[in-house]
Amino acid sequence: MASRIAARFAALRAEGRGALIPFLEAYDPDRATSMEILRGMPAAGADLIEIGMPFTDPMADGPIIQAAGQRGLKAGATLGGTLAMVREFRGQDDATPVILMGYLNPILSYGAERFAADAAAAGVDGLIVVDMPPEEAEVLAPHARAAGLDIIRLIAPTTDAARLPLVLNASSGFVYYVAITGITGTRSAAPEELEAAIPRIRAHTDLPICIGFGVRTPAQAAHAARVSDGAVVASALIDTLAKSLDAEGRATPDSVRRVLAQVAELAEAVRGAR
Amino acid sequence: MNKPLTRPNTYRSGPDAQGKFGGFGGRYVAETLMPLILEVERAYAEAKRDPAFHAEWRRLLTHYVGRPSPLWFAERVTEHLRAKAAPGHGARVYFKRDELNHTGAHKINAVLGQILLAKRMGKKRIIAETGAGQHGVATATACALFDLPCTVFMGATDVARQQPNVFRMKLLGAEVVAVESGAATLKDAMNEALRHWVAHVEDTYYCIGTVAGPHPYPAMVRDFQSVIGEEVRAQMQAAEGRLPDVLVAAIGGGSNAMGLFHPFLDEPSVRMFGVEAGGHGIETVTGHAASLTGGRPGVLHGNRTYLLQDENGQILEGHSISAGLDYPGVGPEHAWLHELGRVEYVNATDAEALAAFQLCARLEGIIPALEPAHALAHVLKIAPTLPAETLIVMNLCGRGDKDIFTVARLLGEAV
Ligand SMILES: Cc1ncc(COP(=O)(O)O)c(C=O)c1O
Repeated sequence: MASRIAARFAALRAEGRGALIPFLEAYDPDRATSMEILRGMPAAGADLIEIGMPFTDPMADGPIIQAAGQRGLKAGATLGGTLAMVREFRGQDDATPVILMGYLNPILSYGAERFAADAAAAGVDGLIVVDMPPEEAEVLAPHARAAGLDIIRLIAPTTDAARLPLVLNASSGFVYYVAITGITGTRSAAPEELEAAIPRIRAHTDLPICIGFGVRTPAQAAHAARVSDGAVVASALIDTLAKSLDAEGRATPDSVRRVLAQVAELAEAVRGAR
Repeated sequence: MNKPLTRPNTYRSGPDAQGKFGGFGGRYVAETLMPLILEVERAYAEAKRDPAFHAEWRRLLTHYVGRPSPLWFAERVTEHLRAKAAPGHGARVYFKRDELNHTGAHKINAVLGQILLAKRMGKKRIIAETGAGQHGVATATACALFDLPCTVFMGATDVARQQPNVFRMKLLGAEVVAVESGAATLKDAMNEALRHWVAHVEDTYYCIGTVAGPHPYPAMVRDFQSVIGEEVRAQMQAAEGRLPDVLVAAIGGGSNAMGLFHPFLDEPSVRMFGVEAGGHGIETVTGHAASLTGGRPGVLHGNRTYLLQDENGQILEGHSISAGLDYPGVGPEHAWLHELGRVEYVNATDAEALAAFQLCARLEGIIPALEPAHALAHVLKIAPTLPAETLIVMNLCGRGDKDIFTVARLLGEAV
């Protein structure tokens, strides 16, 4: 079976456009709300979906995603619960690729082999594990491979020519270019920086390349999807969700609608970009 | 999933090229940091081979820090414990006086080594994390001496309970950032320092305060702190004409303990005790900071080690009377020595540490930091059970000035 990720990028290439990859944090601010956002994303224009798995100590995340993780944990998020969300989503959508993003410790605690098998069975397509560089991937990568899950690797502006082949060789599905040297939700790369960075990676790989970190506005998403194969938008959507919550941090009747409206705006810009 | 640990023919050869001690350690960092970690590793490997680097570090230790620190025979503590011991029992207790170092703790040993390394690497700014503030003060001190801008990340909770050290850092010209995330203690300060580093990789060196973090930090900080154990070996030879029998040190991240233990690891006659913070008691769920005796292996802050964590792999906050010990992890080399059984890891509660703190002040005229007060608490337990000719060395790795307000409050005194 061709993977959903490969199939989706092939279809987008045929359409001549890049992907919009919106992000949501599991259980933020509660399971039902995040499930409704997940369910609504494909119709709003998501081409792939990234789901954050809450962790107490997210080393690469800024205040916005940190707070989302805290809300998720408070609402009872676990890896098992996150996989159950994906299983439920697969009941309605068998085509949109789902990528889980998180940190290694909860996965090790769950059991790397069992996690890979359960994730694949739930309908997950790929994993991004922020604190697992290729040098440390042995704990998870063989199990992911056996289960048919892609390991999507981050490439940073600091990844030099010597490291690039090592990181790319350990990647499958697509490659995630971290646009800035920094954490999520802080600043954005200049368009020229991205225009210089992507061809440097492209020269070494046939995998699709997507850009994340600092992609916030429809214009930025359109640009990122034009110079690469897709744009990941996370903090901007979580910011919208956070601002829609009431004083106690609970979802309001407006929360889901506002996040999905923003996904639709981003999707429109990405679709108009070519 | 643990690789079986085979007993090595030396305990002093770690880590391997991957930065691993058995299955512990490594470099679990985001890709943005990976090239920088490798650069630190290369630079340290070169510096280690350069006699000029060592000469400059030794010069600073001698004339700025005041090394070697004395090895003090704690005669009154020894007599006190013998009074309770069976005939012929009650070990001879020695203190390694690292509390006499400039800035009042062992932290300065590794800070000076790292700042010299940062200068070699051409870095222009220094960042550090701190819990009790001792590592922050040591880093701010070295940065004043070398005219480098310094930013110290400190949990907001710790900022509130360690005001004197916050003010010291400011006097020394450092910027102190109060970290509000999580429980706002040492683990959160380290998260924030790592996040800041990711955003300032070009010009910034991260000076880590203990034998934790990604490779090469655990090995590098241990190498610098090993000056403690090397001095003890020579000093004990001069005082008693032989090796010590028992070494005891407190464990937060584990740097003062690694520094004392490492030179003796291949001496089979030397027993070693690492004393973790038992807090309210190791049987409580989040009331202690004993990662080795109360935690299980996992990955945090760039290395695989024993961690306090819940059943879902979420990190738990540690508790200790001592702000320098309430870290939910421990250096990976300790995790390895624990699994091999080479070092015995035990714990002392808040109450035991507080009692030892007061006893040390009254019997020896030395006010210890609350961290080594945990080590002393264990000495008080074992010394009376050991034959009188046994030689114990305890690492008195910090002085207690920073703790007098905490202790006064616990004793119900207004200061
Ligand atoms: C005096 C003293 N001892 C011990 C520690 C704990 O650190 P480590 O276990 O790395 O020696 C600290 C940390 O702040 C300290 O200030």
